[in-house]
Amino acid sequence: MDQMTRLSKWSKRSLAAAGLVAGALLLVRCAPSAPTGAKKAPTAASDLQVAAMKTYVAPGDLDEYYLFSSGGHSGQVYVYGVPSMRHLSTIPVFSPYPGTGYGFDDDTKKMLGRFTWGDAHHPALSETNGDYDGRWLFINEMNGRIARIDLRDFKTKEIIGPVANISGNHGSSFVTPNTEYALMSSRFSIPIPKGTYAPIEKYAATYKGIAAGIKIDPKSGAMTLGWEVLLPPFDWDLGDAGKGPSDGWFFLTAYNAERATGKLEVTASQRDRDYIVAINWRDAEKHAKAGEGDLIGGVKVLDPKKIPGFVYLMPCGKSPHGVDVSPDGHWIVGSGKLQGVTTVFNMEKILTAIRNKDFTGEEDGIPVLKYESIKDAEVQVGLGPLHTQFGPDNWAYTSLFVDSAIVKWKLGTWEVVDKVPMSYSIGHLAAAEGDTMHPKGKYLVGLNKLSHGRHLSVGPSQPESSQLVDISEEKMKLIYDAFTEPEPHYAQMIKADKIHAIEVYPKEENKHPLAVWDVKDAGVTRQGDKVIVKAVLVRSTITPTSVEVKEGDTVTFALTNIEQTTDELHGFGLLDWNVNIVVDPGETKTFTLKVDRPGVFPYYCTNFCSALHQEMQGYLVVKPK
Amino acid sequence: MRSFIEKTDRILKSPLGLGPRGLLLLACLLLVPALVSPLWRLTMFAPQYQEGLRLDIYSYKLEGGNHGQDAREINLLNHYIGMKDLAAEDFTEFLWLPFAIGTFGLLFLRTVVLGTLGHLVDVTVLFAYFAGFSLWSFAHKLWWYGHNLDPTAAVKVPPFMPPLLGGKQLANFEVYSYPALASYALGGAFLALLLSLFLSWRAARRPGQVAGSGPG
Repeated sequence: MDQMTRLSKWSKRSLAAAGLVAGALLLVRCAPSAPTGAKKAPTAASDLQVAAMKTYVAPGDLDEYYLFSSGGHSGQVYVYGVPSMRHLSTIPVFSPYPGTGYGFDDDTKKMLGRFTWGDAHHPALSETNGDYDGRWLFINEMNGRIARIDLRDFKTKEIIGPVANISGNHGSSFVTPNTEYALMSSRFSIPIPKGTYAPIEKYAATYKGIAAGIKIDPKSGAMTLGWEVLLPPFDWDLGDAGKGPSDGWFFLTAYNAERATGKLEVTASQRDRDYIVAINWRDAEKHAKAGEGDLIGGVKVLDPKKIPGFVYLMPCGKSPHGVDVSPDGHWIVGSGKLQGVTTVFNMEKILTAIRNKDFTGEEDGIPVLKYESIKDAEVQVGLGPLHTQFGPDNWAYTSLFVDSAIVKWKLGTWEVVDKVPMSYSIGHLAAAEGDTMHPKGKYLVGLNKLSHGRHLSVGPSQPESSQLVDISEEKMKLIYDAFTEPEPHYAQMIKADKIHAIEVYPKEENKHPLAVWDVKDAGVTRQGDKVIVKAVLVRSTITPTSVEVKEGDTVTFALTNIEQTTDELHGFGLLDWNVNIVVDPGETKTFTLKVDRPGVFPYYCTNFCSALHQEMQGYLVVKPK
Repeated sequence: MRSFIEKTDRILKSPLGLGPRGLLLLACLLLVPALVSPLWRLTMFAPQYQEGLRLDIYSYKLEGGNHGQDAREINLLNHYIGMKDLAAEDFTEFLWLPFAIGTFGLLFLRTVVLGTLGHLVDVTVLFAYFAGFSLWSFAHKLWWYGHNLDPTAAVKVPPFMPPLLGGKQLANFEVYSYPALASYALGGAFLALLLSLFLSWRAARRPGQVAGSGPG
């Protein structure tokens, strides 16, 4: 074999080898470093210019809507402006808030009762004819309470509860179309009355759920317990009040129709359908007025087994969370969080089924309506549907927790038309007046559980995220990321011009018995060891400038801020004591102190008021026994 | 027929040249990365997991991305659909895979030293069987995890086959499955065996020549 042939043979072999290696290299593939799926945008992104134009509120300009966002276990309500998403104010409700002195003065301390926490979930604006009237904001709390905030001064005015027999008041507060009632219910059924012992093994038979109607006085807004209904020990979750053709009914979802205990994430997820209960609250009201029901825990409880005809169960797929009534009241939208569909029930069909006794069974004496007879549609919305809000023209917007998105679909035609990603894991959502009879459209806020990576890092306690979505056009557009205090559950968005807030308390309205409006009337009076200090707060003196008492006295300070000028708040901090009061212009607040140690304790204005704010100070002098 | 057997026998008994022996040594060296680096990588993306969750499958262990946290997260997520936790105890592969790779190292070396074309055919066929069986075993494991879902799980999904090679949308997750360095090393070793076989066979077909001795 000559040299040339050998060489060519060798090069042929080399070529073959190189070919094999190249072929192998072509086969080499790695997983992508970012998602590549066509339908998934990498993150919720926005068109910069459109977003900037739509959300920019110039300095000095005002927002178009108020957003009242629940503060979850912070116990507060946070007020944001939409579309700027600026945090405007915090309304303390179930927890002390030193910033406004809430929970330090006698009245708010009494209102908070034995709690300094509350898990606030679902704010509900008062309604007239099914639309927001801008009078009050109600918000529930897990310890069986509902608070009423007056939107005239954005202050918590009343807290009712803990209401007897209610345990874990999650399905609340959802008011009726003319604010006749707010709803309460038990998410964690217990043996009732409270204080009853029953071993956990007897859960299914002896534990009880409760739904309650909290009656609201149409003039004053004052709340009283209207009625209670005994329910099976399911986990009563979320509700809504009917309107239009469904007016007179409360709807309330339940998971754990299994009546299970233990590891609920498994044991309570076995049935394909759980329930939405429909309670005819007008009938409940009649039965309660007639004095019917059994006395449990000091209140009358209506048992649907003994008083039939006003409570019905609607099967709803699987482990439903939100139930939302369409603006016209024709449809009841239930979202089974472990299903890929949202179920839409038809109110006329529900009423027909009730009339025809179209039942498939019963639970503790409550008839179960036939699913096929009352359902209008199962809308394929996506994974993990939770809550639905509405816009004009029958548009519906459903939050998808698992898909981390909001889906837009149409009532009546059930077509699903658009989906916008949320960052990340959306829970509730709130559209502009989106749960009223006349939703405004335009804005929608997704209240997300996770925010990671979309803000400067602030350590492990990550803020929540509220994302503003423009829904004025066919396609939804994300236009703003806001990071909100923990933890927005539900929120209410109301047109700004519906709220008429005062900025000072008019002097003539101040009927406080200890109020004084002139420094001449300020001073100290004593009855035995009870001392009353009537103090005047005005720029830049606290009168009296010193107060002398004796060790062992009980001292009540009544602080009147006699200013009638906007933003002239005065504070009253008493050093070495847990006293921190803020008094708004025209307001009188009291606090009471058992003075159990001698010494000299400075008090001063904590809330900056004027050029001589630093000089606004005095002394509490306590003489030893 | 007799002449065919005689011819084959002669070819199989022919000693290997330097080139094929070098390639065998290379195959042997490639078994080192195959032992210590990941064989397969599973990557999952979801809206909530933009950065992805990663799971590396080695010949002897499972390792989650993000310092192992991803494996715990994947198990946490899978528990909703009732999938069994990915646990090292369930992978008998982790026992026999390193053993088999080590054995192949010894067999390759044996062939380098004693090497006839017959030895080379043996290790190549065995290695192909080993690779095929391992792939089947891996695919079966994926199938097993996707088909042994707890019937009492909170979220009931129909049994499914996670992707063996490529991407697939599973609920809110994009799941990708691709071979990683160790598999490529094993592939490289196999290629080296094939090439060695090819060269030796060609050379051995010509009597009187040392199989695949190359030029010179």
